[in-house]
Amino acid sequence: MDNQSQTPQQKVEFERKQHKEEMKQQVISFALMILFTFIAFGMVLLDIGSVFLVPTLLLLAVVQVLFQLYYFMHMKNKGHDMVAVMMYGGLAVAILTIIAFTTIIWW
Amino acid sequence: MSTALAQNRGLGAMIWDYLTTVDHKKIAHLYLVAGGFFFLIGGLEAMLIRIQLMKPDNDFISAGLYNEMITMHGTTMIFLAAMPLIFALMNAVVPLQIGARDVAFPFLNSLGFWLFLFGGVILNVSWFTGGAPDAGWTNYAPLSTVSPGHGVDYYVMGLQISGAGTLIGGINFLVTIVNMRAPGMTYMRMPLFTWAVFVTSALILFAFPALTVGLFLMMFDRMFGSVFFDTAAGGNAIIWEHLFWIFGHPEVYILILPLFGAFSDIFSTFSKKRLFGYSAMVFATVLIGFLGFMVWAHHMFTVGMGPIANSIFAVATMAIAVPTGIKIFNWMFTMWGGNIRMTAAMLWSVAFIPSFTIGGMTGVMLAAAAADYQYHDTYFVVGHFHYVIVGGVVFGLFAALHYWWPKMFGKILNEKLGKLAFWPFFIGFHLTFFIQHFLGLMGMPRRYWVFLEGQGLEAGNLISTIGAFLMAIGTVIFLVNVVYTSVKAKKVSGDPWDGRTLEWSIPSPPPHYNFTQTPLVRGLDPLWVEKSEGKKGMTPAEPLGDIHMPNASILPFLISLGLFIAGFGFIYQVDNKAWLILVFLGMGLTLGSMLTRSLKDDLGHHIHKEELEKDLEKGAGE
Repeated sequence: MDNQSQTPQQKVEFERKQHKEEMKQQVISFALMILFTFIAFGMVLLDIGSVFLVPTLLLLAVVQVLFQLYYFMHMKNKGHDMVAVMMYGGLAVAILTIIAFTTIIWW
Repeated sequence: MSTALAQNRGLGAMIWDYLTTVDHKKIAHLYLVAGGFFFLIGGLEAMLIRIQLMKPDNDFISAGLYNEMITMHGTTMIFLAAMPLIFALMNAVVPLQIGARDVAFPFLNSLGFWLFLFGGVILNVSWFTGGAPDAGWTNYAPLSTVSPGHGVDYYVMGLQISGAGTLIGGINFLVTIVNMRAPGMTYMRMPLFTWAVFVTSALILFAFPALTVGLFLMMFDRMFGSVFFDTAAGGNAIIWEHLFWIFGHPEVYILILPLFGAFSDIFSTFSKKRLFGYSAMVFATVLIGFLGFMVWAHHMFTVGMGPIANSIFAVATMAIAVPTGIKIFNWMFTMWGGNIRMTAAMLWSVAFIPSFTIGGMTGVMLAAAAADYQYHDTYFVVGHFHYVIVGGVVFGLFAALHYWWPKMFGKILNEKLGKLAFWPFFIGFHLTFFIQHFLGLMGMPRRYWVFLEGQGLEAGNLISTIGAFLMAIGTVIFLVNVVYTSVKAKKVSGDPWDGRTLEWSIPSPPPHYNFTQTPLVRGLDPLWVEKSEGKKGMTPAEPLGDIHMPNASILPFLISLGLFIAGFGFIYQVDNKAWLILVFLGMGLTLGSMLTRSLKDDLGHHIHKEELEKDLEKGAGE
């Protein structure tokens, strides 16, 4: 957006629209996260076989973490590239370590 | 301003000044002195090792003492000499190169130093309290878990405390480089040294936690009766090796990368050319950092990981030769056709290229997993890693110290003495370590106390010892140079080398606020851009105004002192629970200091415009 050519009135308007959009996204992701939590609890309560259960729980957990990071902690917004690089870098090292331990050391 | 005041107030005030300082330039001095001191201790230990191995069946030192010697030589040189000396350079140079007034967290910067120092002191106190650690610098379990006495406990506590300091320092420099660059200094305009420090700091951030975890497991096994590494009780000794090398391999890149950066700056300055292939150099630095995390198991080819794991790690290891090769060629192309000045800094840098390349070549040989079964734990490996660490890191430290000495202290190290120190060190280095490759191929194992007569190992070991003495002579001449320079040499201008980067645009040594006005960066090698347009200095990016600076604080010292005291409590509570009192006292001091820091607001102080104008009149801002 070009601040120079906008009147203060337009700017306020624009920001309000942005905030509304932001709010909508946060509510949607919040609702989805609650839903995911119910699904997860439900699956455990209903005793679904663990072959299917564990990967699904992990998947739901990962999606929830991503919602947290991108929508609630604003990683989807601009200026968070370095944060993302660092987080994924650290994640890569951690996962590599876990893979090494589970495959090489313990089989 | 503050330095002038401190000098007028005498020795006590100066000591207090250094104990409480949060100024990155003074912290650089502290790191330099402490790292230099430990370098000399590590060197002394190396000399004792070489004297012991001078002739067959020697009994100059006992077998137990020899084990302590090799352990402490490795540990001291890596953690207490090379790391802090690199931190000295980072502190002295990085904020200046990016046009910042200090690091992002000056308080943490000071805390990082004091933690390192107290950790190092703990480690070395062990010499006087019944035996130093003796399980090798890698401290492999189960040798380390059953090692009698408290030596290994000192290793664990010392490295844990100094490791925390290093981690803090790494995070500090990451944040500094991300957030505090001057206007116009984009990532792709950062000097290569700053880039290298950036990647190094990321490596520290990701690698050191593995060491922290490993040391905690070791601490609990030795002090609190856990059995993580005890196979008989269902533990697994190999876990330590993996954790150690997941940290340990990135660690060797943590050591070498900053000096790769320093070499890049030195080659470009003394060839009067911009660095050849800047973007390729940045790419190679990042790639080395990235690959550095995927090769740790090449230290463990003979552990029995199986052919598949060995092959994967072998190929990944060989891949690192590619970005390193890119760097070697770019340095040579930087010099090609340049207006080369053979200063002492340049001499060390030029000598680094062939020396390090030999080390890299033997590295590729070692990376071949099948062949490694022959080389493993022989002097071939010792030769290899001394070629990369001495030929790379130590040569780099000498080069960088010669290069940045005028910026740190305002005086150029004597060039004649500098070159006089170089030649014995350079020749001695190759004498010491080149022959060790062949000793290794003949079957001489590393870490053995003695070797036998009549196996053809006598001549090689004698040559190696003679070389070590030459290196010692070189080091002594360098020390003489430091004293000579500080007494005799004249002050120089802010830009004695006709430099290219921002640190040369301000006086030497810089005022404690570094830049009177934050400079505007208009390209790679910002000062050179201005010079080539006929200007003398940088274009300011802001009007002259008040500068906000952090306050000095004794708290980092007290926090570290508390952990130092608690460390002894942890070590000796195994013998007698009464020692726990030291844990409570020490942790009380540490936590109390942290609480003070949290509750008491410290908003720093302002340097006013009038004072800056006064400084400018005195010629500080030229």
